[in-house]
Amino acid sequence: MRFQSPESVDEAVALLAADPEARVLAGGTDLLVRLRMGDVAPSAVIDIKRITEMTTIAQDDGGWRIGAAVPSAEMNETAALVTDWPGVTEAADLIGSTQIQGRATVAGNLCNASPAADSVPAMVAAGAVARVAGPNGSRDVPVEDIPTGPGQTSLAQGELVTSIFLPAKPENSGSAYLRFIPRTEMDIAVVGVGITLTLDSAGAVTAAKIALGAVGPKVIVAGDAAKTLIGTTGDDPALDALAAACSAAATPIDDKRGTAEFRRDVTGVIAKRTARIALARAKGEA
Amino acid sequence: MSQIHVITTINGDETEFLCEAQETLLDVLRDHLDLTGSKEGCGTGDCGACSVIVDGRLVCACLMLAGEAEGRSVETIEGMADGDDLHPLQQKFLEMAALQCGVCTPGILVATKNLLERNPNPTEEEVRYWLAGNLCRCTGYDKIIRAVMDTAADMRGAA
Repeated sequence: MRFQSPESVDEAVALLAADPEARVLAGGTDLLVRLRMGDVAPSAVIDIKRITEMTTIAQDDGGWRIGAAVPSAEMNETAALVTDWPGVTEAADLIGSTQIQGRATVAGNLCNASPAADSVPAMVAAGAVARVAGPNGSRDVPVEDIPTGPGQTSLAQGELVTSIFLPAKPENSGSAYLRFIPRTEMDIAVVGVGITLTLDSAGAVTAAKIALGAVGPKVIVAGDAAKTLIGTTGDDPALDALAAACSAAATPIDDKRGTAEFRRDVTGVIAKRTARIALARAKGEA
Repeated sequence: MSQIHVITTINGDETEFLCEAQETLLDVLRDHLDLTGSKEGCGTGDCGACSVIVDGRLVCACLMLAGEAEGRSVETIEGMADGDDLHPLQQKFLEMAALQCGVCTPGILVATKNLLERNPNPTEEEVRYWLAGNLCRCTGYDKIIRAVMDTAADMRGAA
């Protein structure tokens, strides 16, 4: 195995395009475990942490551009980012321990393509867009279109995610992410729900985006569930309808972390709780 | 296969080493540099026994390739005491018997030092969350948490 540390995106793309067996190293919290287990045997690892634009968080067009090599701890140390997109930063803050958060990146979480990735539903609900660099230049891809199934992505040979863009936070909007795990910390989501919603001056929901994690082969954008909130104030009947629609949108499997039936039910419960937090944040109450 | 030549700073000293691409920072610390204070518990980032500080950030040395250390500043447990003078956390862990077998202790000390540098006045809950990635199978954690809280109070008093 070779160790390569390019200093520009172009150099990284050239290295990656020239070697189909090379793997990108961001935080390494998934890749190094796989290397050790012998699950992967890349010809080279390409460390992207020497590329300045990939290691920085920058305000961009009213929103935020988070370099693909930025550790999640740094996101949570960026107070204005936490203020704008608490749903995304709290999801990143749930991934592993302090040590893991010192290395793990949300772009890596996305490209690892685990169905249970915590930051992915939160980013999808925020309308996040991944910037992908490749041999033919760069393209912007909605985050939900990067994973295609467990461990699989839509990235072509030679392509890598260079940053995640979180758009300008809409006025009177709130975001939140919650997951269910059997204990309080250090576990993998059984169900995860990310919600971003926007209110009008009367407190009625004008826009909502809901994303479900760990209840399908990839993140699920629950469009019908989002519609149940539109025009409502998020009162109890509206949240009951939301819960039912989220449960209906979930397509979980039985596995050691929970049965499909349990997960469908919990999807609704967690969606309701997440929506309450997002509503409170949209009103400036939390 | 050609080895990688790395120049890095470890506990304030410029250090050079050669390593294989797949070797972790922990492999190099323990097997090449004879810095065996950092322990390998799991090798997969779950136990925190290999905790080190890289450029001010707490990480698992088992989840970092040694080649990544080029130009960085690494702090390990070996750099915690000042000669024969133990760091206040080390002293307190001894006084309060906040260890039993001791395998997790270097990682917990390094992790806690990093916490107190960032937050000299943590709540007990903050300490427990900060140390969630440092597993101890002996103490039940209570003695560790009490020693950390006590040290933090002492260090604030001394400051």
